[in-house]
Amino acid sequence: MIFEEAGVPAFEAVNLTRSYRLEGVSVDALRGVSLRIHHGESVAIVGPSGSGKSTLMHLLGCLDRPTSGTLRVDGADVSTLDDAGLAELRNKAIGFVFQSFHLLGRTSALDNVALPLVYRGVGRAERRERARRALEAVGLAHRLDHRPSQMSGGEQQRVAIARALVGDPKVVLADEPTGNLDSRNGQEVMGILADLNTARGVAVVLVTHEREVAEAARRQIHVRDGLIERDTVSGTGPR
Amino acid sequence: MALEALRVNRLRSALTMFGVVIGVSAVVILVAIGTGAKEAIEGEIAGLGSNIILVVPGQVGLGAAPTQSRLDLNDVAYVRRVVGDPAKVTVAVNSGESVRVGRTEVFATITGTDEYMPNIFERPLRRGRYLSGTDVDTRRRVAVLGAEVGEKLFGDVDPIGRQVTIAGVRFRVIGLYESVGATFGVARDQEVHIPVTTAQRLIGLSRINGIAVGASGPDEIEPLRQRVVDGLSGRYPGERFSAVTQTQLLGTIGSVLGMLTGVLAAIAGISLLVGGVGVSNIMLVSVRERTREIGLRKALGARGRDVLGQFLIEAVLLTTIGGVIGILLGVGGSLLIQALSPVPAAITWWSIALAFGVSAGVGVFFGVAPARRAARLDPVIALRAE
Ligand SMILES: Nc1ncnc2c1ncn2[C@@H]1O[C@H](COP(=O)(O)OP(=O)(O)O)[C@@H](O)[C@H]1O
Ligand SMILES: [Mg+2]
Repeated sequence: MIFEEAGVPAFEAVNLTRSYRLEGVSVDALRGVSLRIHHGESVAIVGPSGSGKSTLMHLLGCLDRPTSGTLRVDGADVSTLDDAGLAELRNKAIGFVFQSFHLLGRTSALDNVALPLVYRGVGRAERRERARRALEAVGLAHRLDHRPSQMSGGEQQRVAIARALVGDPKVVLADEPTGNLDSRNGQEVMGILADLNTARGVAVVLVTHEREVAEAARRQIHVRDGLIERDTVSGTGPR
Repeated sequence: MALEALRVNRLRSALTMFGVVIGVSAVVILVAIGTGAKEAIEGEIAGLGSNIILVVPGQVGLGAAPTQSRLDLNDVAYVRRVVGDPAKVTVAVNSGESVRVGRTEVFATITGTDEYMPNIFERPLRRGRYLSGTDVDTRRRVAVLGAEVGEKLFGDVDPIGRQVTIAGVRFRVIGLYESVGATFGVARDQEVHIPVTTAQRLIGLSRINGIAVGASGPDEIEPLRQRVVDGLSGRYPGERFSAVTQTQLLGTIGSVLGMLTGVLAAIAGISLLVGGVGVSNIMLVSVRERTREIGLRKALGARGRDVLGQFLIEAVLLTTIGGVIGILLGVGGSLLIQALSPVPAAITWWSIALAFGVSAGVGVFFGVAPARRAARLDPVIALRAE
């Protein structure tokens, strides 16, 4: 066993499959994936383009439901939850970072970051205060009122990380977070994610097709053709 | 949040609202005109006097041929006995005649009536006196002029005591009425009242055109009407008599005008409906354009009903803002129409409340389909959309 950590895993997948049906043709994006990711881990999901990484991440993030197999998030079988239950789980337990940032274009950084708290019913003043602290944590205290269009790509992705953080999730799922960034900004974003993991103990699951990015994580799960090919722990990354 | 989304797309929001603005202002204006016309006519009827019953021979109704009158002054006396109070009954004999003073000549409705006329009809005097019982009994050649007749014949000069020639016969002016305007196109200011007895001789007629009975209260109208009609029918078996009350007139006119107002409101409602379809379309476009935003919101924890609520609120906000603008335009337009044309406009609170309610309703109704589409979007597909 690679994992000795005690307690309920953050994610436990057993034989997950996901097929898409496109005009009668079935595409098997995932063909039976089993894994466990524990709280506080730092994991990179690596694989070539089209191998099913994003599909896996969407399943882990409860954005999508598996075609078959079982997924437990924090011990709870997601198949027992309805859509509203999944939405609540996403809101409370998971933070997302996307390749293309996915910020609301005409909304200030502060309000973008505060958005998850809206769906948690947090009052406006507290929302803004928590959003401000999250932005400070990613080094954007001076950009609170800026709109995405007024910020660099690196800054936008840091806003997105702040938004992922603001609700104090147990896990941050990042799909190609550096994919749209130059290497300097990419490194900065990776640094913030690493900090998050080490300093706050948040599990970070990173999806990437870039080897160097993957090596920043302690554990690498290699995906190919919808299957896990290899699951390795390298000494270099954080925990 | 919803307001922000509308502000972001100002031009589109404005275009969407346009249909609702037009629809709502049309509702307010058309209802104001319909109501104004109704109030004006009801005012005219009420202005006749109160609790009046008009007795005429034959059948009264739209398109009914006028019946040759067989009523005469004996029948008036009979009705007086039926009613029990002679002062509550008056009579009319009408004829169009020319009225002349020197070289000035006007055409007027000569109405033969009696001293009880002012008890029943609202005909305030400006000068002089009404016809008296003696005038009627002794068949005096005296006349009370309608305001317009007096004005045309005498101008600013006091006509009391002066002579006028009616159908070649000289009369002495004893009174001048205040202007009372027209009722049902009957220009009452163009009337000249003379004693009924004098009128019958002048016209060469022993008949009368109608009897008017004044009830002492609204509750008395119906039984009194029934008694008069039954009495006359008993007196002339096989003949029909009609007694029309103001309430009936008001009811008829009211329902006709109510129908008119309804038709106008329906036309306006259709334009509101068209506006609503516009809202629906534009919201659908907006949902398509904002697919990624919806996906993101769902990823961040928005439930289907949060998204539904957001889009519904946007739609309702859009239509109610349009509604308020439409109400302002409608009120302004009504006042303008009233100021610039003879069409009376009465702005009613219910039409404003209705227009506002309907525009909010249109928002909900036409916002539901796009909002549901948004709420049902699969977050993964929405996030992958470009
Ligand atoms: N919504 C979809 N409909 C049909 N096929 C899809 C859909 N999403 C992903 N796929 C397919 O599933 C496979 C895995 O896609 P994805 O998980 O995005 O891979 P990766 O993120 O590793 O590049 C690909 O072949 C892709 O074309
Ligand atoms: Mg991908």
